[in-house]
Amino acid sequence: MEDLVSINNLNIEARTRAGTLKVVNDLSFTIKKSETLCVVGESGCGKSVTALSLMSLLPEGILKVSSGDILFDNTNLAQLSEAELEGIRGNDISMIFQEPMTSLNPLFTVGEQVSEVIRRHKNLNKEKAWVSAVELLDAVKIPNPDKRAFDYPFQLSGGQRQRVMIAIALACQPKILIADEPTTALDVTIQAEILALINMLKQETGTAVMFITHDMAVVAQMADRVVVMHPGKKVEEGTVHEIFNNPQHEYTRSLLAAVPKLGEMASKKYPEPMRLVGEKKAKALKPIVGTNEPLLKVNNLVTRYPVKGGVFRRTVARVHAVEDVSFTIMKGKTLSLVGESGCGKSTVGRSLIRLVEPTSGDVNLDGQNILSLNPKDMREARSNIQMVFQDPFSSLNPQRPLFDQVAEPLRNYGTVKREVLQDKIGDLFDRVKLPRSFMQRYPHQLSGGQRQRIAIARALALNPKLIIADEAVSALDVSVQAQVLNLMMELQVDLGLSFLFISHDMAVVERVSHDVGVMYLGRLVEIGPRPSIFRNPQHPYTQDLLKAVPIADPDKRKLERDLNFKPLPSPIHHLTHDPTPSEYKEVAKDHYVLTTDCGY
Amino acid sequence: MLENEEIEEPTIKPVKEIFQTFFKSYSAVTGLIILIGIAVMGFIGPLFYPTDPFDMVWMPFSPPGADGFLLGTDYLGRDILSQIINGARVSIAIGFSAALVSCFIGVGIGSFAGFYGGWVEETLMRITEFFQVLPTLLFAMVIVALFGSSVLSITLAIGAVSWASVARITRSEFLRIKELDFVLASRSSGSNNMALIFRVILPNAAAPIIVQSALLVGAAITFEAGLAFLGLSDPNVISWGQVIGSNRVYILDATYTVTFPGVAIFITVLAISLVGDGLNDALNPKLRSR
Repeated sequence: MEDLVSINNLNIEARTRAGTLKVVNDLSFTIKKSETLCVVGESGCGKSVTALSLMSLLPEGILKVSSGDILFDNTNLAQLSEAELEGIRGNDISMIFQEPMTSLNPLFTVGEQVSEVIRRHKNLNKEKAWVSAVELLDAVKIPNPDKRAFDYPFQLSGGQRQRVMIAIALACQPKILIADEPTTALDVTIQAEILALINMLKQETGTAVMFITHDMAVVAQMADRVVVMHPGKKVEEGTVHEIFNNPQHEYTRSLLAAVPKLGEMASKKYPEPMRLVGEKKAKALKPIVGTNEPLLKVNNLVTRYPVKGGVFRRTVARVHAVEDVSFTIMKGKTLSLVGESGCGKSTVGRSLIRLVEPTSGDVNLDGQNILSLNPKDMREARSNIQMVFQDPFSSLNPQRPLFDQVAEPLRNYGTVKREVLQDKIGDLFDRVKLPRSFMQRYPHQLSGGQRQRIAIARALALNPKLIIADEAVSALDVSVQAQVLNLMMELQVDLGLSFLFISHDMAVVERVSHDVGVMYLGRLVEIGPRPSIFRNPQHPYTQDLLKAVPIADPDKRKLERDLNFKPLPSPIHHLTHDPTPSEYKEVAKDHYVLTTDCGY
Repeated sequence: MLENEEIEEPTIKPVKEIFQTFFKSYSAVTGLIILIGIAVMGFIGPLFYPTDPFDMVWMPFSPPGADGFLLGTDYLGRDILSQIINGARVSIAIGFSAALVSCFIGVGIGSFAGFYGGWVEETLMRITEFFQVLPTLLFAMVIVALFGSSVLSITLAIGAVSWASVARITRSEFLRIKELDFVLASRSSGSNNMALIFRVILPNAAAPIIVQSALLVGAAITFEAGLAFLGLSDPNVISWGQVIGSNRVYILDATYTVTFPGVAIFITVLAISLVGDGLNDALNPKLRSR
């Protein structure tokens, strides 16, 4: 087949205050007509920059192609004028971006935005352009496209906005579609639908796709061929089967080893650390057994937020964020809460330590009822439950050195004398495997994984019994994610910690949990031992959620027709709304399924 | 391939980095040098040029350069150079202390409003808006007229009418920062509200507050000049505005009597806004990387 794009010995330099930096180093690859090429690599490996250079959209004065050429359809893009490039951009090459919330103009209806692109490139009048815009919205499966075309972006959900972006990108039947992490910001069910949509459109129109991602599971879903990049260089290239079944380069192997694959724990009763390439083999991977002694008992937890409105700012409605949730966490074990964004899983975590005040319910930690404590006793109780947050870039105070940040809880509680503080903090740094020389550094000098280690060290400082990890590894690159997960499991064994692990990533959850609870719209729809939930999901929502998870295996691709998800209903209800209590049925030992209505 | 191996850079403290960026900017450094020069002139200058600004030393309206008076004399025959040297002290002192007063009030009100929200915020922000829509010069005049025109009452009056902008900026920064995870993390590790406000959030909100306060210094100096021009200044202390005010009748016959103090105010305020711009660039991390 003919080459559509061929990139030869491409070098891209970044100009920084510290001097020029090679971002892309001697990169060559080709994209053939109507094939999907996945460019995969971790953050900062130059994959997005490569895509921008193909669009000739590198930010001027900061990034520059220093040598090499990019041939598109046998024309050298570097030799074209800006006007000629504008003719190609959006017409022959188009692009969709990661963040659907900000890549549409909020002041125009989606119909206007789609038809504008059509009018710019294809001499059509307004009415005809609108008609083809509606057709396009239909092609990307937006329900009632003739009505939704009049909607503004804020009226659409994240998934629908990404569909509109795809419609705009495909408006002129481009020869190649560049998709830069188009599903990273989306929930797993919506991700599955968008991926299936791109695959379907690609087959219908014969457009080539350059798909940029960090997620090996997505690669397995999408790619015909794969280019693996590691700091600026191509380390391996091959067909998707070659890469997954017979990876040659060490980096590719370590990347694949770091990806938790859904189903690989099916035969194991207890979670165990991942085997990573490059780590000392001597470390035995022992399963984490835990105990059967309950540590935290939560009964009928309800958290509702008021929605204020009107002249007097009265409560006019309530957001039912958590509705009648009960679970138990055993000492030394991990309970995971999974669900899509907005299902209330984070609110559960925050309610437990009363960062958010629950409306009603019962939280019992080691015999102490947390919700009835006065502020002073609550402060004491908080030292037993600590949190690790999602975004390692916002969870550390940028103005204070790391030593102070880890020492903060110890100083607050005054439990450790000043003389031994230095040693104690040193021990904590050792525990999370950071060099002690980092103590006087500031957060901005650390990588994401290192920051998350600091956050864990801070959580460990007070010797808590329970750590709530709220999406603690979601923002990290896969290899770093694996290391942090292993660290958490190691700490669990060494210190007998319990974890409440809040995540949207089913594969990670399968790897770390003893027990799993699935949440939907504030309710716990299914809860039970991890093997039982994954082997034998009973609730229709759990089944659909598991179906949506991409599997890092090119032989297990999902098809569009397998997927049908209902849009999430609103959790906002009128003041008089009185939800029914949750009732459960035991389908296997300790495995409970919601029998009452949850809105799904 | 553990990640710890990758980064090995010397530890740079953020504060040091801010100073480095600040001193790289020519305009900011120029502003700072001028400002220091004016302050030195005001506080040490009288030692080298001991003429009393209130003494009638020569004939009135002696033009600049003539008769040994570099900037001439005013309508009472007082030395204008001496007035400018001594006036610098008052302008700088009132400018900085008034800005400090408004900074205290503004940060106090803004941080509590932003942190607590609800009715606390409603009440405090309504008060702030009240001060924002008030005709400031008029209100300051009322305060000075009520409490007499001493340096202290003028400083407090200027401080009391110009804190609204600081309060609004502080509040908006608090609203943004209090949602960040590290505040939640600090709270879950047992920090109380006061620690959260003053030790966790405020240092992170400092940058725009500092810039705004720097600009307030310039505004306070012009404010003081305005009050003095209208005759509301401490009669025992010479100030630039007062010199302009007392000579305003002769603006056509002896232009230099109002020009020189006017230029002095202009240069000082310009220097302060150059410093303010430099601070803004140095403190804003997004501009810093450029």
